Amino acid sequence: MLHIKVLGSGCRNCVNTANLIEKKAAELGVPVKLEKVTGMAEIMQAGVMSTPGVVVDGKLVHAGGVPSPKTVAEWLKTPAPSSPA
Amino acid sequence: MFAIFTRLADLLAYRLMGLVPGTPLGEAVHFFIEDVTKIFVLLAVIVFAMGFFRAMVSPEQVRRIVGGRSGFVSYPLAVLLGAVTPFCSCSSVPLFIGFLEAGIPLGVTMAFLIASPMINEVAVVILGATLGWKIALLYVAAGLLVGVGGGLLIQVLHLEKWVEDYVWKIRMGDAQVPQTENTMAARLAFARGEVREIVGRIWLYVLIGVALGAGLHGFVPQSFFTRFTGAGNPFAVPLAVLIGVPLYSNATGVIPVVEALTAKGVPIGTVLALMMSVAALSLPEMIILRKVLKPQLIGTFVLILSAAFIGVGYMFNTLFA
Repeated sequence: MLHIKVLGSGCRNCVNTANLIEKKAAELGVPVKLEKVTGMAEIMQAGVMSTPGVVVDGKLVHAGGVPSPKTVAEWLKTPAPSSPA
Repeated sequence: MFAIFTRLADLLAYRLMGLVPGTPLGEAVHFFIEDVTKIFVLLAVIVFAMGFFRAMVSPEQVRRIVGGRSGFVSYPLAVLLGAVTPFCSCSSVPLFIGFLEAGIPLGVTMAFLIASPMINEVAVVILGATLGWKIALLYVAAGLLVGVGGGLLIQVLHLEKWVEDYVWKIRMGDAQVPQTENTMAARLAFARGEVREIVGRIWLYVLIGVALGAGLHGFVPQSFFTRFTGAGNPFAVPLAVLIGVPLYSNATGVIPVVEALTAKGVPIGTVLALMMSVAALSLPEMIILRKVLKPQLIGTFVLILSAAFIGVGYMFNTLFA
């Protein structure tokens, strides 16, 4: 199961991003655990300044703006490389 | 080059809809059609081009570029980069924290936050297309000046004590967003995404701005403005700034109002002071910044900017009297 985190203070773009990922995952039948991270300390810890940021299995894949549906589908398809320790 | 939009509006408003030029409704509808088409076409073209050439700078890049430079370089650099860095106002907080965490001084950070909403390439081109390039250039110069000046003043006053304490404790990770590939297809996709993102964010402000401008243009008589905002009224500039503070819009969205007011004979300084105030000072932005700034700093920020906009307004009015 993919563990996906959406990092953002809860602005509209962050909500849209989370919804988009949920929809795409359901469409493709990929089981995901979606988590919304709103704590500023944790968002910054991930290296994100432009929200929303997206972390897939510990790896930062996106920062700033709502990602395109195609991009989201790619995250869900390819097994995310393991994060460097 | 932009006459095509006037002709399109002529065709739609006068020929197709049968409205009469010179009547309030005819003028308002004509203004609306011309400005909506012109602004959205320019907006899409400019954002697409910027996206295609990857001319936009991300806040992460700004942080890397500005960090660790001396004041002589960092202030001008921060306001210049602020002008070409599009970011959603909900990113203001992580951006603010990220800058301070990189050791960028509070003054430089504030200079960036002041200039960014006021100046952007889209607003500058549309301002040039509607009011002329001299005005557009002066607006940019004034905006950069206010950014540097406001930032320097905040630095000199040592207002770091009015930044929320938790901000200084946050440490930022150095994970980097993977670079997208450099193929033609990737560039086109990115550019399309940028257009969708930015138009999606500001279209409503533009539409409201054009509707307001059209209403002013068609239905409010010139004598109204000459009476209340003419050169004879020294309070017109501060009043324009005061009106602009609670109003919230994107810089591009204010331009149709600016255009309509200017055509009605409102002095250019008064109009640009209103534009700066609407774009840079707003209640939602203050509420967002309140997460990182104590009320004292918010108050000082509003005061400094209001004073600066009033100064710019009087300056323009004197220059163009």
